[in-house]
Amino acid sequence: MTAEAFHDDLGGVLVEQDLTAGDLEIQNYTINFGPQHPAAHGVLRMVMELDGEIVERIDCHVGLLHRGTEKLIEYKTYLQALPYFDRLDYCSPLAMEYSYVLAIEKLLNLEVPLRAQYLRVLFAELTRICNHMLNLGAHVMDVGAMTPNLWLFEIREDCLNFFERASGARMHSAWFRPGGVHQDVPLKLLTDLADWLDTFPKLFEDAMSLVVDNRIFKQRNVDIAIVSKDDAVRWGFSGPMIRGSGIPWDLRKSQPYDVYDRMEFDVPVGTRGDCYDRFMVRVEEVRQSARIMRQCLNEMPEGPIASADRKVVPPKRAEMKQSMEALIHHFKLYTEGFHVPAGEVYVATESPKGEFGVYLVADGTNKPYRCKIRPTAFSHLQAMDFMSRGHMLSDATAILGAIDVVFGECDR
Amino acid sequence: MGHSAPRYAVLDGLGDAVALTLGDRLLATRFAQGEYCFTVRRDAVAEALDLLRDRHDYQQLMEIAGVDYPDRAERFEVVYCLLSLTRNHRIRVACTTDEDTPVPTVTNIWPVAGWLEREVYDMYGVIFAGNPDLRRILTDYGFRGHPFRKDFPLTGYSEMRYSEEQGRVIYEPVKLAQDFRNFDFTSPWEGADYVLPGDEKSLGGPPHADIPKTTEKQSDTGAGKGANKEAAKTSPEAPAEKPADKSPDNKEGKP
Repeated sequence: MTAEAFHDDLGGVLVEQDLTAGDLEIQNYTINFGPQHPAAHGVLRMVMELDGEIVERIDCHVGLLHRGTEKLIEYKTYLQALPYFDRLDYCSPLAMEYSYVLAIEKLLNLEVPLRAQYLRVLFAELTRICNHMLNLGAHVMDVGAMTPNLWLFEIREDCLNFFERASGARMHSAWFRPGGVHQDVPLKLLTDLADWLDTFPKLFEDAMSLVVDNRIFKQRNVDIAIVSKDDAVRWGFSGPMIRGSGIPWDLRKSQPYDVYDRMEFDVPVGTRGDCYDRFMVRVEEVRQSARIMRQCLNEMPEGPIASADRKVVPPKRAEMKQSMEALIHHFKLYTEGFHVPAGEVYVATESPKGEFGVYLVADGTNKPYRCKIRPTAFSHLQAMDFMSRGHMLSDATAILGAIDVVFGECDR
Repeated sequence: MGHSAPRYAVLDGLGDAVALTLGDRLLATRFAQGEYCFTVRRDAVAEALDLLRDRHDYQQLMEIAGVDYPDRAERFEVVYCLLSLTRNHRIRVACTTDEDTPVPTVTNIWPVAGWLEREVYDMYGVIFAGNPDLRRILTDYGFRGHPFRKDFPLTGYSEMRYSEEQGRVIYEPVKLAQDFRNFDFTSPWEGADYVLPGDEKSLGGPPHADIPKTTEKQSDTGAGKGANKEAAKTSPEAPAEKPADKSPDNKEGKP
């Protein structure tokens, strides 16, 4: 076909249809976001209905990482069930154990020595820093910046090294135990932590200086997914999400556990309730966590690191070599485990992502009758639909990054 | 001093105040470990939660938990965990149901209940009347059964693997390489609710054999001349008896 013939042909078609803007009916179309998508922060499948690039509706499909943790816990003794909690939110494992051990202690009415309480608060705050390093870095990477993530991972690496020195494991520590903590920490670890608290803020502030006033970063986050106070309450928000909406609610402050009532720290709140506020709340929380850790290091007393109740806490190994009683206790605790009196409690702590609750039903045996885990991500992710409505497809990643979801916890 | 779990406000007389508000909707009040749990009538659970939100300032619904008690007439308990941000207090509201009876939804009070009710439905099969989107949420697409019921086995019924031959993921009935092991570590002196081996007689249970063994004649004992004769017989294939070594040192056949 010659060029002229082609032109005639094409002209004929155009004349025949004679389309102008507005005549063509554009249908909404549906796309899958995930389950294999780097910005989905794990295995999240979102079925999105789009009008051009505008999100009309999002249907989140969760449960791709469901492992039946709560069912498995019913078949384990109270102590054997503890490591499952590390594997829920694997970005902040110690914060997950925290609710569980406190629930057991509440049912047993078990007193925890002061040093153990300080150690738990210290490491819970280190966990918060560790978690926020991952989330802040991932959030800025989701909206296009690469460098801060690499810098923040360096800090996260330091945190993981501290966990390793305390418990022997970088991530799945299983270090908080009913009645205290598993092992005492060496003095050198505490002094190294104190040194690190003086050095890490420089790198952190450097990384933050790249993004918080950055024009592109603000364009991608300011006024994206504004959540009013009323909506935040109705949708069961907690943690940085509810504080981002301007409600000063922090369980460490309002319902203190362990020695949080002795700590001085501020609760940052947002003013507009958008993604940028949620990001900045987390940035400030890192500074406040460092402040709490310094107070812990200054005030921490000497003393035992676990309750002396031998019906719950196993004896030291050296004691076992000398005392028959200790040997029997050790054997019984690691086979039968301890019995928890019948009752039910709901204990919630402020995990880095929000309110992490454990509803524990005990029937007087050595295994939990029911252990319902209240994940933070479940209520936040449910709000994804109304938060994203009317925003662009590319904003969905920023909204998701500001929610801070981890699917080990969401899907259980 | 006791435990160091989260400490929130202590509200005196809350039980009476809630009882006054809920009236005959309330069936029972429990107060243990410093936590209130109000059991309400199933058909009135939505009204009760609405009243608690409006009159007692429990603004947030944090969790809906299902619990299965197979021995009860209505086996499922649905527990709502409420939080008051202004009064800094938590309570629980519970109602009971069975497999077929629906529980009224609370999605019109708290939109967050949508997924929470879906989860209880998925895990226990409790139906929530009025929930606009009661799909499964955590289990696999096409899953059957309700896995958190106490009579659902821990290992489940079907397993999934990638089949090289068919080039896709296939589902098969669960095949356990070894029996499922569930150890009972409870002390037999306290808490064992089964008969210990050997204790059957003391509890008046049946003896092991139907015909009691007696030895009234000598032949019943299995001893005596006849038995000796039988014992002395050797089978034709048996090797000839070697002379026994006298010295113990010579076992390895040294000269």
